[in-house]
Amino acid sequence: MSLLTINNVKTFPKGGIHPADHKLSAGVPIKKLDPPAQVAIPLSQHIGAPATPVVEKREKVKVGQLIAKGNGFVSANIHATISGIVTKVDKVIDSTGYKRDAIIIKAGREGEEWADGIDLSDDLITEITLEREDIIKKIADAGIVGMGGATFPSHVKLSVPKGRTAEYLIINGVECEPYLTADHRLMLEKGAEIIVGARLLMRALGVEKAIIGIEKNKPDAIEKMAELTANEKGITVQPLKVQYPQGGEKQLIKAVLNREVPSGGLPIDVGVVVHNVGTAFAVYEAVQKNKPLVERVVTVTGKDVKNPSNFLVRIGTPVMQLIDAAGGIPEHTGKVVSGGPMMGKALNSLDVPVAKGTSGILLIPNEEAKRGEIKPCIRCTKCVQVCPMGLEPYLLMTLTQKEMYEEVEKEKTMDCIECGSCSFICPSDRPLLDYIRLGKRTVASLIRERNN
Amino acid sequence: MSTQFLTISPSPHIHSGESVNKLMYGVLIALAPALAVSFYVFGLGAVIVTLIAVLSCVFFEYILTKYLLHREPAITDGSAVITGVLLAFNVPSNLPWWIIIIGSLVAIGVGKISFGGLGNNPFNPALVGRVFLLISFPVQMTSWPLPLENAWQLADAATGATPLGLIKEGLSTGKPLSDLMQEVPSYVSLLLGNVGGSVGEVSALALIIGVIYMLWKKIITWHIPVAMLGTAFIFTGGLWLINPEKFADPVFHLLTGGLLLGAFFMATDYVTSPMTTKAMLIFGAGVGFITIVIREFGSYPEGVSFAILIMNGFVPLMNKYIKPKRFGVKKNG
Repeated sequence: MSLLTINNVKTFPKGGIHPADHKLSAGVPIKKLDPPAQVAIPLSQHIGAPATPVVEKREKVKVGQLIAKGNGFVSANIHATISGIVTKVDKVIDSTGYKRDAIIIKAGREGEEWADGIDLSDDLITEITLEREDIIKKIADAGIVGMGGATFPSHVKLSVPKGRTAEYLIINGVECEPYLTADHRLMLEKGAEIIVGARLLMRALGVEKAIIGIEKNKPDAIEKMAELTANEKGITVQPLKVQYPQGGEKQLIKAVLNREVPSGGLPIDVGVVVHNVGTAFAVYEAVQKNKPLVERVVTVTGKDVKNPSNFLVRIGTPVMQLIDAAGGIPEHTGKVVSGGPMMGKALNSLDVPVAKGTSGILLIPNEEAKRGEIKPCIRCTKCVQVCPMGLEPYLLMTLTQKEMYEEVEKEKTMDCIECGSCSFICPSDRPLLDYIRLGKRTVASLIRERNN
Repeated sequence: MSTQFLTISPSPHIHSGESVNKLMYGVLIALAPALAVSFYVFGLGAVIVTLIAVLSCVFFEYILTKYLLHREPAITDGSAVITGVLLAFNVPSNLPWWIIIIGSLVAIGVGKISFGGLGNNPFNPALVGRVFLLISFPVQMTSWPLPLENAWQLADAATGATPLGLIKEGLSTGKPLSDLMQEVPSYVSLLLGNVGGSVGEVSALALIIGVIYMLWKKIITWHIPVAMLGTAFIFTGGLWLINPEKFADPVFHLLTGGLLLGAFFMATDYVTSPMTTKAMLIFGAGVGFITIVIREFGSYPEGVSFAILIMNGFVPLMNKYIKPKRFGVKKNG
């Protein structure tokens, strides 16, 4: 398959933007970084309740050993990512900017020691022996969460609620955020593993059909995955037009299957479950290799970064070490973002540890770090045009400013996916998404109150 | 490098580079071809009218924002310049200077600043100024200089009726339209701008070049102009088919008067037009319809200004009740 044969390209019809993609590290192979001397592993790296520690201070741990157990159904297990001694459970600043609980492990002097039963070889194991429930249990045990950045515990998504049936699995290889290339590289280098991961997810869901969605700006990944799936029954590759936020679940499902997840609903309501390529790879390792989620691929990038890179790093590694490995922090860096430029979080410390959802570290130069001065809304309608959810950001901002929360709710603010397209496009530099988030929060608590 | 100087802000961390200034200057670039044609056709008079209108609009914007709104004036955003050019486009090129200044004061002062400045005015400021002048100075506002023989002669240009005025006048005296159409300039002249009229409503071609630029640069969308011109075309076409001796043909209507100017540059004004595409279509259709009703059945030969102002009044209502198609919400659901 050559470039020219990428046809039947689809996309979502409503809204969307086209930021410059700056995929600086797309051609850089994934490099494995040495395990750090110390890791801080946050207990809350996922959506849901923080995990509960199951190790004591001064306890010796091996890589892959369970150190904190998921607390309830919507939560996730956490494993040691280096071998050594648990020095303490302490408050550590994480990507939210707040100090939160984390387990600190100091590497032991002797070499790395992995927990028993983990297959560290590169051999591809394609044969699937486990049944549905066992696969889901393995995934839950391994502490796998959505690796695209949403960090929703994967086993929860795989447990299809009663009365719903899954029909399709969509593997999200869109990576629509500018700069990020972690998923792109993973598809190129671990494509076969991702396909086995997809097979495992298909069996866990009981579906016959899986579609891998990839944007056209990654023709090599489309080609590679198409090659690998040529003889795979039920798995196809869907090339997609480049348009942000196509990696959003709802937009991706609309683009690939033309189904619309109902307002307030979940993908499963239209018979679909979406998992990221990174998640599929993690699932492969967990089920076929018995390896829990202890490392991930992180893109370290930015216009002035000396060597934009894709690193395979242990969770809990301080961000600064990744930046150093990419050539150090450039002068005039004004902002450091965990994740992509559209939805990532600005960090207030470079000691923040890499977490399960850290897809990239983006260094933004000073002159691009600050926002423009806020000017009056000129009603140009651009925010309405680009909103992929059919909302009116200008109106949501004004209503929120005026604290008219009933109207804010009526105008469907809770459907906002926080993609940031409105703030990105606004010619008056208005902080539309900031206010919409504020409104969403207030409305959410009003809804909770009403339901109690 | 110390991390205490890191900027912290919520996402998104990049911006499109889109800005009010860029959009406004884009509109000005789009207005340039029409401006050039009118300078050529009407000579120095058009230059003077435009200069006075622009300077006085910017002046009033500055003074009134500073001393009435007590805000830092943002005259560099270009919006007052656009109001000035559009006001000039809507008056005859021989209009006395003091009338233009009054028009600018009403446009900026009453039309814009009194509502709180940029972004808050419900009615198109240039049209507020223009209609005020039309009602207050009907004679000066309707003595249209004819195109000049020599573009640089100043005063004493011959005046005459606009093509629309000619027909309205003629029909009221009972002449058949086919005779009157002999007197109006050819469609080629209408297209190129060799006709009498307001400064900016002369050359259809120049206006079309401008709108193509704005569509290409994504400054405006097609919805309002297409709905407005389409409605006007269909409406006048229907009337023309019914009685071609009483109603002029649709092409004549599209090419004359301020229909194109209004459709491309006035009805599409951001602040005073609706927020959703559906509402834009209704808005455009409304302007087209009212324009033709005034032209064919009203007492004024031209009705674009009134039509836009009337529909401006409905915009807040439309914004409240006409919503975009929400993702994941079924119709009537």
